[in-house]
Amino acid sequence: MLDAAPQHRLGSVDRAGIFPLVAEGLVFEAGGRRLVDGLDLRLDGAERVVILGPNGAGKSLLLKLLDGLVAPSAGRIAWNGRPADMAVRAATAMVFQRPVLLRRSVAANLDHALAARGINGVERRQRVGDALAMARLSPLAAQPARLLSGGEQQRLALARALALQPRLLFLDEPTASLDPASTLAVEGLIEAARHAGAATVLVTHDRGQARRHADRILFMQSGRVVEDTPADAFFDRPRSAAGRAYLEGRIFV
Amino acid sequence: MQDLGQAFATAWAMLTGFDPALWSVVLLSLKVSLGAVAIASALGIPLGAMLAVARFPGRGGVLVLLNAMMGLPPVVIGLLVYLLLSASGPFGVLHLLYTPTAMVVAQTLLVLPIVAALSRQVIEDLALEYADYFRSLGLGRAGAVATLIYDARFSLTTAVLAGFGRAIAEVGAVMIVGGNIDRVTRVMTTTIALETSKGNIALALALGLVLILIAVLVNVAVMGLRATAARAAYA
Repeated sequence: MLDAAPQHRLGSVDRAGIFPLVAEGLVFEAGGRRLVDGLDLRLDGAERVVILGPNGAGKSLLLKLLDGLVAPSAGRIAWNGRPADMAVRAATAMVFQRPVLLRRSVAANLDHALAARGINGVERRQRVGDALAMARLSPLAAQPARLLSGGEQQRLALARALALQPRLLFLDEPTASLDPASTLAVEGLIEAARHAGAATVLVTHDRGQARRHADRILFMQSGRVVEDTPADAFFDRPRSAAGRAYLEGRIFV
Repeated sequence: MQDLGQAFATAWAMLTGFDPALWSVVLLSLKVSLGAVAIASALGIPLGAMLAVARFPGRGGVLVLLNAMMGLPPVVIGLLVYLLLSASGPFGVLHLLYTPTAMVVAQTLLVLPIVAALSRQVIEDLALEYADYFRSLGLGRAGAVATLIYDARFSLTTAVLAGFGRAIAEVGAVMIVGGNIDRVTRVMTTTIALETSKGNIALALALGLVLILIAVLVNVAVMGLRATAARAAYA
């Protein structure tokens, strides 16, 4: 689908040193409720991780904790044995369910993110052009980003993340409000990110999408990971009662 | 008291005949108020943006104070600047009292809280919308402020417009620090006050019409700008 895009130029950049990502005893409390409850996790950066679970399980919150958007109430997150620093920040990117786009043109949105990461003028222009081509947004480069369709906006958000050449890409329900064609286009970009060397952690409610994009499933329930298993095993024989109920579409209380 | 109709006719003749006395007053008014708004915007917009993104102890108190200062009476500002610039004041050596510069200083102090407080409100709303993107990008506070000011530029015209409206229409501050000296510090509002008290309604009326015209033109320009921006989803 996106085979004509110049993916090679975005290439795989190994700013190594961020893996393993280890979370220990992660807790997040708000309003007297424990929304993430003593969670342990280890990511080696080699697998495609998908987080599944019902609403309110803490999936998006876990992504935000890992990406440093919110601080945990307790526990620690270590990137290759150290706390998040600028090198970690430069090696990660996040795509939100609802794209956060600046009130600027499509190209200027890409340019802003790259400039913020200290990428110089010539390389910046190159990366903007490549990312636009990859997301098939080149004809819309000068258009105001906020006038794009929902699918185009999400492709732009992904293109912006990919232009940063992350080693780890967090994806928070990036296709939740998209039609099948736009979903396919966004999934193509996620694949492109993987080919460019990025590990992905994807939160989704779409079981088909989870099958397509998971090597490993984290199934969450009430702020805990109740099942951490290879994707095939999870879809064939989920170990937890909650996981079974979720896959069968039953309500599990 | 002159007949109102005749006063209007004389005022119109002065305007269309480009009466030099009238237009020198208009030009000085514009110079002083635009100068004050430019300085207040250059200081007030970044200040408002910093207050929008910064979280520090006492921030609530600062915001209350800033909002309260929006309503400061111009005569109080005039008095303050007068005390600072008078011969016995700390800046008396500069000999700025009764000069257009003193009027710019007074109007800047008058307009600054308005521009800063309104900018803070506009930018804070945008900052909430962009917060996750900024954090995920690892953007520092200076970068965030610059981005927010640029992206809010069309909305910020409202803050600048409110400041200009306040400056061009005020009389108390410029009267005290300018002294209403003919051909030196006489601006539209002080001239209107003086000429009305002298019974020269035609000149006062002509200046009043210019003031209204300026207000309408500035609003039309800003509305046009914002409408263009809104069509491009930039506002």
